[in-house]
Amino acid sequence: MTEEKHEPVSYRTFIITWIVLLVLTGVTVGVAQFDFGAINVWIALTVASSKAALVLFVFMHLRQESVLFKVGLLVMLVTLIIFIGLTFTDILYREVLP
Amino acid sequence: MSFDHRDDTGARFGMWLFLYTEVILFSGLFLLYAIALVNFPQDYITASNKLNVWFGAANTVVLLTSSLTIALAITAIQRNQIRLCLNLCWATIALAVVFLINKYFEWSHEISLGIYPASPTLLEMGPGITSFFNLYYFTAGLHGLHVLIGAVLIAVVAVMVAKGKVTSERYVLLENSALYWHLVDLVWIFLFPLYYLII
Repeated sequence: MTEEKHEPVSYRTFIITWIVLLVLTGVTVGVAQFDFGAINVWIALTVASSKAALVLFVFMHLRQESVLFKVGLLVMLVTLIIFIGLTFTDILYREVLP
Repeated sequence: MSFDHRDDTGARFGMWLFLYTEVILFSGLFLLYAIALVNFPQDYITASNKLNVWFGAANTVVLLTSSLTIALAITAIQRNQIRLCLNLCWATIALAVVFLINKYFEWSHEISLGIYPASPTLLEMGPGITSFFNLYYFTAGLHGLHVLIGAVLIAVVAVMVAKGKVTSERYVLLENSALYWHLVDLVWIFLFPLYYLII
């Protein structure tokens, strides 16, 4: 049985991705110099998620992998959302912390 | 006739499954962080301001660059450019060392200010700031341990590349070490803004 091989990703693609990641890092540090209240955390998380997506799909070759790998990631993310979300249904509606 | 059992896709998928469990591990810590942030919003801002943003930013650049070098190493081995692949592996390890040295100076500075788990200074600062720094040391410490493990893993695989045991025909070990290394980068991508940039 022959193994399926990925086509090599060009050096160029990786370097461009790296530059975008550095720019996004600059954006997070820049935004954090201004106080927008609670929105700051959400901006930081949005930028971090975009960076994570770039690392996952380009650096980690997820783009080239089969559907199985992508479904696996989705299952993991849904699991995370369930356990974080359910915890917060408790935390946000407590009167006093014990 | 010997029969070679081999399933590179399966090996990579196994690595991805392992990485999901790592994400769940770190998510537990981030969940604790989120709960404490909701309970002590003001203390978390005060505590975050005590961390040096530039140490954190420098380490972000170091880790992103190391992710680039190990990603390039995969392309190099696929194109059978063994010399280049090895250099990129060593560059990744060098960046890991830079990260850890940076962390050493950062933590030394904080410890010299009396900020370390269960220190008298933290006790005076109250439960909010104490929880921030306890979580900071634990999460960044666990992350630092992963940096160390990842660097050792890449070093072992680099030696195998040099000896011709990992080749352009068979390089799944290098791919899996690289995947582990990218996870270290992913964790830092979230750790950096949450701990250093809260205002």
